[in-house]
Amino acid sequence: MPSRMIALTVNGRGREILVKPKATLLQALRELGCTDVKNGCEKGDCGACAVLLDGIAVNSCLVLAGQTDGSEVTTNAGLGTIDHPHALQEAFADGGAVQCGYCTSGMVISAKALLDRNPEPTESEIGQAISGNLCRCTGYGQIIQAIQVAAGSQRRGEE
Amino acid sequence: MKYVAKPLPPVELPELRQIGKPLRRVDALGKAVGATAYAGDFTMPGMLHAKVLRSSEPSARIIRLDVSKARALAGVACVLTAEELPDGKLTTDMPGQTGQKRRTGSDAPVLASEVVRFVGEPIALVAAETLDTARQALELIEIDYEPVPGVYDPLEAMEPGAPILHPPDNVVARWKIRRGDVAAGMEAADVIVENTFRAPFVEHAFLEPEAGLAWVDEQGVINIRVCTQVVEHFRSIARALQVPQNKVRIRGTMVGGGFGGKEDITVEIFLAMLARHTGRPVRLAYTREESFAAQSKRHPFVITHRTGVQRSGRITAAEIKLVADSGAYPYLSPYVLLYATIMAAGPYRVDNLRIDSAAVATNQPFTSAFRGFGGPQACLAYEQQMDEIARTLDMDPLALRRVNYFRTGDPNATGQIIESAAWLEESASRALEALGEKSVERGPIKIGQGLASYFQSYGRITWFHDTSRAWVGMELDGTVVIRCGTPDLGAGQVNSLCQITAEILGVPLTDATVYSTDSALTPLAGTSTATRQLYMSGNAVAKAAGAVREVLLGRAQNHFEEELDNLDLADGRVIVKSDPGRSLPLGELAAMCAAEGLALSNLALFKAPFSEGIDPDTGQGRVFPDFTFGSQAVEVAVDTETGQVEVLKSVACHDVGRAINPAAVEGQIAGGSNQGLGYALMEEFKLEEGRILTPSLTEYLIPTAVDFTPTEVIILESGTGVGPFGAKGIGEPALTPAAPAVANAVADAIGVRIRELPLTAERVLAALDENWP
Ligand code: FES
Ligand code: FES
Repeated sequence: MPSRMIALTVNGRGREILVKPKATLLQALRELGCTDVKNGCEKGDCGACAVLLDGIAVNSCLVLAGQTDGSEVTTNAGLGTIDHPHALQEAFADGGAVQCGYCTSGMVISAKALLDRNPEPTESEIGQAISGNLCRCTGYGQIIQAIQVAAGSQRRGEE
Repeated sequence: MKYVAKPLPPVELPELRQIGKPLRRVDALGKAVGATAYAGDFTMPGMLHAKVLRSSEPSARIIRLDVSKARALAGVACVLTAEELPDGKLTTDMPGQTGQKRRTGSDAPVLASEVVRFVGEPIALVAAETLDTARQALELIEIDYEPVPGVYDPLEAMEPGAPILHPPDNVVARWKIRRGDVAAGMEAADVIVENTFRAPFVEHAFLEPEAGLAWVDEQGVINIRVCTQVVEHFRSIARALQVPQNKVRIRGTMVGGGFGGKEDITVEIFLAMLARHTGRPVRLAYTREESFAAQSKRHPFVITHRTGVQRSGRITAAEIKLVADSGAYPYLSPYVLLYATIMAAGPYRVDNLRIDSAAVATNQPFTSAFRGFGGPQACLAYEQQMDEIARTLDMDPLALRRVNYFRTGDPNATGQIIESAAWLEESASRALEALGEKSVERGPIKIGQGLASYFQSYGRITWFHDTSRAWVGMELDGTVVIRCGTPDLGAGQVNSLCQITAEILGVPLTDATVYSTDSALTPLAGTSTATRQLYMSGNAVAKAAGAVREVLLGRAQNHFEEELDNLDLADGRVIVKSDPGRSLPLGELAAMCAAEGLALSNLALFKAPFSEGIDPDTGQGRVFPDFTFGSQAVEVAVDTETGQVEVLKSVACHDVGRAINPAAVEGQIAGGSNQGLGYALMEEFKLEEGRILTPSLTEYLIPTAVDFTPTEVIILESGTGVGPFGAKGIGEPALTPAAPAVANAVADAIGVRIRELPLTAERVLAALDENWP
């Protein structure tokens, strides 16, 4: 099978990319320069590559790029920047939820997907939502707290 | 049993502006928004992609290696074998520093040529225009092996007639400790308790697999971007490549987790060879499977304790034997073994002591540094042994420990005097108090509580003559620049440097910018290992910042015509303390200094205490700068029908001397504890005859967010550490007491001790079966 051209919206911008038949969305995104999407295993074990695909959190290493033609992809870097961080990113930075940071982009994406459907999650709902995202540094406690803080500040922001 | 926290001795900790505050780490936001570049994120125009051919055999002779087809493949730039670097070795020993004779011939070759000794040993390198082509080229390399009998158990490897990995025998290191009169001590005992404990291979499983990019620049310098704990490896690489040391530069990156696994050389040597050979930039990133197969593991240990103890609980003598599996090559095994040997008797005063240890080669993955460096394995054994002694004497576990705990001024196993606060009962009683009363047992669910205390060194072995350097300067707008070689593993290493500097120069943390982990442009700070960076580079940066402060205050003294001690630097200004209305922005003060040619920067060197090696016959002498002390208590529920162990509660209490950033300290303790809980209950890197049974994160399970309840953290601050502001080190100690506390809790719950980690459901059920009345 030959390579083919696909069109994607990545972090709000239209992008076109030539993908090989077996290329994953993870590979395609990294080739586009989305290096915030991390490769920790390439087989769905770690969650470091998580992105929002049409609003749903997926492990991008498990998605074939060719199947995402016409889709909308949001990566962690698409949620906020150093000057204008997203509430989740800010809460992660302030709450000790970031140590080495390699899991962080995937964690933030899973948390975003959770808060989009459940703005007031319990600790155990948060734990479940990030249970596919491995973190070897934090022990998860400060990450769960940060997600709760962000949920609170988002609710206040909406009021 | 209800425990009450032992009152703390009075401590005066001055209130500071930056130190002791849970500020946002300087590296946190960049990582949170995905802006931080890691080693695998770099590319260059014209870049080649590399792959490594690795041994599929645990023990074999290579009888044919033919790379001609791979070389001939279109798009392949080069294929390198051991011929590229005859005698290329990765020396991890530090000559003249071990106190032992170096074993020649046991260093790992950069690329194997005649023999392979473990599955995953590197044999050949490929660089090609695309990653796909590099993969194809690997397939085209033809290799024939002739199996050679191997050995897969360290105890068997010590038997006469065992296959030998490195002549003359498989023992790659030995240590011994002799104190007092063990026979007399045993004689004085009322009971003697003997047990053997085992710990498995464990994988670091940092989230970022090893990666890097290398190129040769216009000065002929081989530049290597890599995630490493040790930028000083540029020297070993230069030695192996036989180029001058000033022609290799390591530009470290933020490290996506290290835990000791990025302490030995990983991709950087291969990158250097390929970039030099091709003259083009080369990228190499390990897959998860390659990361598991290629790099070190935590040492498996078999540890036997024989302890003489009186009815009062007083230990009168101990005899301890340790055997560690070094895997195929020694790497840091001699030192890991030394640490385990010195810690083997635990944080207890034992005047009659005999310890013998050996690290033994097998045809398995090599073992080397892993958070705790032998300390956790030692702690697993001594803390389970303490509980077994308590059970034998029918004593409360804390009461038994209280009789024997080190006190400041006591000698440890090597006769080194404990100089700082030894808050053992203080931490243990707090952890137990916070754990609270036992939960109620229901049906087949049994509840148990367990305690573990530990002591652990921070800072390197004192006969390594460790140093660190840091440079601090003030810009003309009053902002601050720090240059320090420290690699940041995610534990907050560079943030601490900023927070210390900001405190001393009176600027907000956001006004400090730090450059780190570059072997050419940042002053060498030594390794991010051994829980040494806060101690060593923290002191270096404090010294450099102190010198700049002196210059600033000296100039301010002239300006305000005030006594020095009436001046202070705070909130970006110099102020007159008695009259805070009189002040100047630091930028103005800095400009005045610059106009007069005063030095607004300083390069400082900090030296650890230096010592000679220990006495090889008795193991006596100074080995470490200082020690951290602490305890952890956990409660578990064991389902006696399924064997499942659930951690209901976990409390860790450590004396960190002084918490530079309490949020970061909490993160170290909670994260270290989580790794320790995984060690206790789930993690084992499994092999069968040297072949890997847990090749990826699918089979090798590490804790997820739903496996363990987060550990509650209690931070104590005695202010007695040798780090800046009285800080001790906490990175490695954080992990140490978790696993033995769990093991003790499980034994408490089911009334049977399982002497081997991990405590899986199968092992729990088997132990219950065997002991069924
Ligand atoms: S890289 Fe996709 S789940 Fe690990
Ligand atoms: S912060 Fe390092 S893996 Fe999560």
